[in-house]
Amino acid sequence: MPDVSLPDPHWADLPLGFALLVLALWLTWTQRDRAAVIGFTGYGLLVAIAWVRLGSMDVALTEAALGGGLMGLLLLTAAARLGEETDQPAPGLPARLSIALLCLGVTLVLAAVVLGLPSPAPNLVAPVASHQAVTELGNPVAAVLIAFRAVDTMLESVVLALAVIVLWSFGADRAWGARPRALHLGPPSPALVFLGRLLPPAGLIVGVHLFWTGADHPGGPFQGGAVLAAMAALLWLARLGEPPRVSDGLTRLGIVVGPLLFLLIGLAGAVIADAFLDYPEALTKPLILLIEAAKTLSVAVALALLVAGPPELPGPMPPRQSGRAAKGVTP
Amino acid sequence: MTAQFLYGGAGLILFVLGLWSFLVHAPLLRKLIALNIMGGGVFHVLIAVAYRGDGVTPDPVPHALVLTGIVVAVSATALALVLGARLQDEQRQG
Repeated sequence: MPDVSLPDPHWADLPLGFALLVLALWLTWTQRDRAAVIGFTGYGLLVAIAWVRLGSMDVALTEAALGGGLMGLLLLTAAARLGEETDQPAPGLPARLSIALLCLGVTLVLAAVVLGLPSPAPNLVAPVASHQAVTELGNPVAAVLIAFRAVDTMLESVVLALAVIVLWSFGADRAWGARPRALHLGPPSPALVFLGRLLPPAGLIVGVHLFWTGADHPGGPFQGGAVLAAMAALLWLARLGEPPRVSDGLTRLGIVVGPLLFLLIGLAGAVIADAFLDYPEALTKPLILLIEAAKTLSVAVALALLVAGPPELPGPMPPRQSGRAAKGVTP
Repeated sequence: MTAQFLYGGAGLILFVLGLWSFLVHAPLLRKLIALNIMGGGVFHVLIAVAYRGDGVTPDPVPHALVLTGIVVAVSATALALVLGARLQDEQRQG
């Protein structure tokens, strides 16, 4: 590496904070819904950069991949589906005044609470650092996620699986077992098809690398899984592939294998180690790797399916006559 | 700790901007964006609290919390969008 002196990161603080606030202000004021959706995607990336500045690479990666990328795709496909919903004119002056007063009050209370925090804030850096060696993980955030706060992480992977189940249950009954079609947005442009051929091989490697490197460096199952899900969504958007059928057994297995394995190993911990979600000392690292690998797969499958939507969307997308006939059949 | 103050304060303002937007705009998409801006503000404050200066290891526990929060926020947004689509469909069929 040539010795390049980088500018002081403090120079970035003011422009970055300013840009964040201006973009957020625009997002809250604009009357154009679709523009707001696109602006929100850019906002997610800006947030990610701000978090890199504050030394939280893991969270920044997650925000860039999930909060910016996949969320943007979700909102954009929804905007295309929901049609141009025109915003009603802003509520009247009295309503706006009372909302402004409420917001002002909330600001003051929150400011008092945040400024009242002890400085330096109490933290768990030392306990994490002193116990981190047990997990054989070099990345403290990964150690917290998979070992010290494993319950949170397990419940979160359950949330993802449940979200897919609930999402599917909103599909029309007559379409049960069909393929999700939220990403069918007309014929793809040649540029999209080109991107769909170009990116996925690299994205696959990046996703798996993010999972693997997450043990010692920023990354992990969520970041890796999100990149993999984005690649699947890109393939489906470019019509180079189709999302799996809702009735596909392998897909369902993919959704639950992460949380299920996590839960089973956690339960086994109650017997062979000291507590629920405790790992026996000799097997700690292999078990963690096993859980994280399964979780990466499940996160990728679940996120991709969340973007792909329910089997048949209610609304104007399906060409067939929807509604009345099916309504009669439904018990 | 100017950086902490700056980004923590920005988080606070983001939360309130989101609250304003959530109450003022009627369309579902706008409400969801507003909710996510509010959530992002909370994440900002948490990450600013975890920050302990340049070159010092930040607190990993709030980082893990925020990471979990982002994934849950995306799942919740996806569900809200489908609920909205379903609602629109019901209304259209009258």
